[in-house]
Amino acid sequence: MSDLTYKVIVGLEIHVQLSTKSKMFCGCALGFGEEPNSRVCPVCLGLPGALPVMNERAVEYAILAALALNCEVAAFTKWDRKSYYYPDLPKNYQISQYDLPLGGTGSIEIPLEDGQTKRIRIRRVHLEEDAGKNLHTAGNFSQVDLNRAGTPLLEIVTEPDLNSAEQVRALAVELQRIVRYLGISEADMQKGHMRFEPNVNLIIERAGQQFKTPIAEVKNLNSFRALERSVAYEVRRQLDEFLETGRTMQMGNKSTRGWNDVDEVTVLQREKEEAHDYRYFPDPDLVPVTTTPQRLDEIRSRLCELPAQRQVRYVREYGLSDYDAGVLTAERSTADFFERAVRGGGDPKRVCNLLTQVGLKLANERGRDLPGLGLEPAAVAGLAKMVEAGTVSASAGNTILQAMVETGRKPDVLARELNLLQKSDAAELEAVVDQVLAANAAAVADYRSGGKKSQKARGFLLGQVMQKTKGQANPKVVSEILDKKLH
Amino acid sequence: MPIEDLTAIELRDRIVARQISSVEATETILDRIARLDSIIGAYLSVFRDEALQAAKEVDRRIAGGAPVGPLAGVPIAVKDVLCTSFGTTTCASRILENFHSPYDATVIRKLRAADAVIVGKTNMDEFAMGSSTENSGLKRTVNPWDPSRVPGGSSGGSTAAVATRMCFAALGSDTGGSIRLPASFCGVVGLKPTYGRVSRYGLVAYGSSLDQIGPVTRTVADTALLLQTIAGHDPADSTSVDERLAPVGDYLGKLDEPVEKLRIGVASTFNAGAEPAVRKVIDQAVASYRDAGAEVIEVDMPHLDYAIAAYYVVATAEASSNLARYDGVHYGYRSKNATDYIEVYTKSREDAFGKEVKRRIMLGTYALSSGYYDAYYLKALKVRNLIRGDFVRAFERCDCIMMPVAPTTAFRLGEKMDDPLKMYLSDIYTIAVNLAGIPGISIPCGFDEAGLPIGLQIMTPAFSEEKLLRIARMYEARTDWHTKKPAIVERIAR
Repeated sequence: MSDLTYKVIVGLEIHVQLSTKSKMFCGCALGFGEEPNSRVCPVCLGLPGALPVMNERAVEYAILAALALNCEVAAFTKWDRKSYYYPDLPKNYQISQYDLPLGGTGSIEIPLEDGQTKRIRIRRVHLEEDAGKNLHTAGNFSQVDLNRAGTPLLEIVTEPDLNSAEQVRALAVELQRIVRYLGISEADMQKGHMRFEPNVNLIIERAGQQFKTPIAEVKNLNSFRALERSVAYEVRRQLDEFLETGRTMQMGNKSTRGWNDVDEVTVLQREKEEAHDYRYFPDPDLVPVTTTPQRLDEIRSRLCELPAQRQVRYVREYGLSDYDAGVLTAERSTADFFERAVRGGGDPKRVCNLLTQVGLKLANERGRDLPGLGLEPAAVAGLAKMVEAGTVSASAGNTILQAMVETGRKPDVLARELNLLQKSDAAELEAVVDQVLAANAAAVADYRSGGKKSQKARGFLLGQVMQKTKGQANPKVVSEILDKKLH
Repeated sequence: MPIEDLTAIELRDRIVARQISSVEATETILDRIARLDSIIGAYLSVFRDEALQAAKEVDRRIAGGAPVGPLAGVPIAVKDVLCTSFGTTTCASRILENFHSPYDATVIRKLRAADAVIVGKTNMDEFAMGSSTENSGLKRTVNPWDPSRVPGGSSGGSTAAVATRMCFAALGSDTGGSIRLPASFCGVVGLKPTYGRVSRYGLVAYGSSLDQIGPVTRTVADTALLLQTIAGHDPADSTSVDERLAPVGDYLGKLDEPVEKLRIGVASTFNAGAEPAVRKVIDQAVASYRDAGAEVIEVDMPHLDYAIAAYYVVATAEASSNLARYDGVHYGYRSKNATDYIEVYTKSREDAFGKEVKRRIMLGTYALSSGYYDAYYLKALKVRNLIRGDFVRAFERCDCIMMPVAPTTAFRLGEKMDDPLKMYLSDIYTIAVNLAGIPGISIPCGFDEAGLPIGLQIMTPAFSEEKLLRIARMYEARTDWHTKKPAIVERIAR
C-alpha cells in the first residue's frame, strides 16, 4: 500500500442569508425564532393570484458580493423557476437563477497554514429565495413554518479547487469575513445564515494508475466545525471504500450524504444521483434585471477594503504578525476601531496588544463588538502612548484598559489611582538594587562566574528588585543599573 | 325601459341622479339571478347580503351628497378566477372548491373603490382552461341564445350573465381568447387589454405571460368605463406597465369621435378557415366600415398558422408550474386516503383536477422537461416573436386588423368534449393576440341562420385601447346588434 498517494478534491456550495429588511419577493420582514407562520403574506405563502416583486436591495447586496469575489457581473440577468415538490416550498417551485447568474466566474484568496494564500476559483454567484421549514415535532403529522420562505439567499459555488478539509474551512471563514465586511449578511452560524454543501472526492494514484472515487455531496452543514470534519471524514471514508471495493466515479454514481453531528460521520441519503429534472424556465411574473455600467460603478464605489487586503496591509504597514493582523481584521468594526486608535497616535503594536489581549476578550464576554464597549479610540491611543513611554508597564496597561471599560474614566487618572505608574527614578532604584545585591551574594557570585548560571542569576536579581518595588519599577531602568553595578 | 336593460353608464347616471336607487337595481339583478340562473348556470356564488349592503351604502352616500365613484351602485359580476376577500375563489375547480382568499385582487379593490356592487362570481372552465365553460368542475353554463349550446369559454359565466341581464357588466380573463370567444358566442362586448395594462395581482394564474383581465359588457362605452376603472400600473405586479412609458388613456372622452382615415387590415387567406356564415357576417362588417370611408388592405400574417401550436406549448408550460401549488398541503382539497406526503400530492391532484387541467399540466411538464425544452418551449418562444413581428409589420400599414373571433358560432354542449384538438381550434383567431400581447375586442356584428350571435374581432397595437374602442364604437354607433336580447331571457324573466 505504500505506493498509494491521493489528492483531495472539494468544490463548495455556500448559501448566505442576506441581511435585507424584507424578503426577496415580498414586504415581509426577515425573522428568526418568531411564532411560526407569523411573518407571512399571500406572496410568500404562494397563495393563488399572488405575484412576486423583486427586492432591489437584495440585488444590490448580491452585486456587492459578486464584485468582492472578483466575479463578472451580468449586465442582463433574469429569474427562473426551479420546480420540485416539497411541503416547505409553498409554490412547489423556487425562484432562482439558472443560466444567467448575477455573478459569473470569479475568485477568492484563502490563507493557508504555511502563511501563503491560495486562489480558489468561483464558478458562479446567484440569488434565490429560501424555502420554509418542515417541523416534525407534533407527533403523528408534520407541520410547516413558512416564516423563512422567501428569505433572500446568495448561492456561491466554487470550482473544485480545495484540496483539504482545512482549506475548505479557510474558505468558509474567509467568506464569512467578507460578507460581514460588506454588511450584506450577519453571517450568524447559529441562526443558519451560512449553510455549506461540499462535493468531495479523491484522485488516487496507485501503481502508476489513476482512480477517481465517486463524488459525495454532504448536505446542509451549518457550522465551520461540521464542514471541516465532514470533509475530513469523507476523505477517510472514500479512501477506505476504495481500498475495500475499488469503486470509482461513474456516470450517475454521485451520492448525497448527511452529517451526523453526534457520531461525527456522514450518512448516505441517496445512493444514485436521481435524475433530477427541475424544469427550469424564466419566471413570467418577473421582469429581467439589467445593471447599467453606471449603476455598477455606483455599487462598486461602496465596495470597502476587504479583510484579506487589510490583513496584508497591517503586516506590511504596521509590522504586525500575520496572526494579530488576522484577529484585528476579522470584524470590520474591530479593524476600524484599531485604525482610529493608531491615527490617534497609538503605537500599532501596543494598540494591537491592548485590543487583542483585553478589548476583544471583554467584548466577547459581554456579547458585543469592540465599539460596543464604549471605549474612545483616542483614549486607547493615549494608553498605548503611556505603555510605549514606560509610564506604565504593559501588564499595567491591560489592567488600566479593563478599568477604562468598567469605569469609563481616562487612562492617566486610572494609572495614578490604581498606583500603577512605574518608578523610573534612577537614584531611588539604585538604592533598592544595592540592597538586593548585598542580600544575595551567592547570586552575584553566580553571575560573575559567567557561563550557564550567569543569565539565570541576573534574572533572579531583577526579579528581586521588582518584588521589592511591588512591580512598580521600570524594568528597563533596573536592568541598566544592574548591568552597571555588576561589572 | 326595464332597469336591467339600462347600460352600466345609464344606470350609474340614474343612481347618482337619485332616479333609481342602487338597492333597487341590485334587487332587480338578484331577482333575475333567482329566476334565470337555474337555467343559465352563470354564477358560482351570489353575494346577496353583501351586495345589498354595499348598494345601501352607496345610496346613503349619494343621499348625503358625498362624492361617489364612476361605477356608483352598479351591480357587477366577476369571474371566479379573481381573488376576493369575501366568499370563495374556486376557479371552478374542485381543488379550490372551499378556498377563501384572504385578500382582494387589485381589480376587485379598484371596482370597490369605484363604488361598484359586486353581486357574485361567475362560472368558467376550470382554471380558465377551455373554450366552452364545459370544463368547469363545479357547474354547467349554457348559451343564453340556445341552451343546448355552450356559452363559449373560459369566461362563459361572465358573458352569459351579461347577455341575460343578470348583471350590468362583468370582468373576465383572457389567456387565449377566454373573454372574446364567449363574448362572441353570447353576443356581448368583450375586451382583452394589452398585456401589462391591467394588474394581474389576484388573478389566479393560468399562463402568466398571456393572462389579462378585461371587461365584458353590452356596449363599447361600458367597456371603456370598466377599462378606465381597472387599468394602470400596480406595484404588486411587476409585469404591469410603467405609466410613464404607456399612460392610461381617456377611454370614454373621445369614444364617439370616429378615427379619421381608418385603415383596416384583413388577412383573407387566414380568415378563409371560418365557416361561411361567419365569413359572410365579418365581410359585411368590414364592408360597412369601408362604406363609412375606411380603407381596407390585405395584410400578410405568415406565422399565424403556428399560433395554436405555440400557444399550447407556452401556456401549458406556464400552467404546469403555476398549478404546482395546488398540492393538498397548504390549502384547498386534500385527499383523505393519503398515507404519506407524496400521496397527499398525487391523490389530491388526481381526485380534484379535471381532465383538461391534467392534460395541460402533462403537456406543459413535458414541454419543459430537460432534453425537450429547446425543441418545444424555446421554439414556441421563437414562434411567438415571429407572430409579434407579423403584427408589428402589419400595423405599419394599417390602424387595426379585423377578423372573426371564432371560426364558428356557439357549438352544441358536449360536441367537442371528446376531441380536445377540435376544441383548441376554436381559438385559432384569438390566440395570436395573446401571444403578441396586443389588445383585442369582440363586438356583436350579426347572427347566423340559427340565430346565434357572431362577434367581430378588432386588434390594434399595444397600449392603443383608446383607438381600439373608438374603432369599435364607430361600428356600434351605426348598428343595433348590441341591443338584441336572447329570446329565452324575455320568455323566462317576464
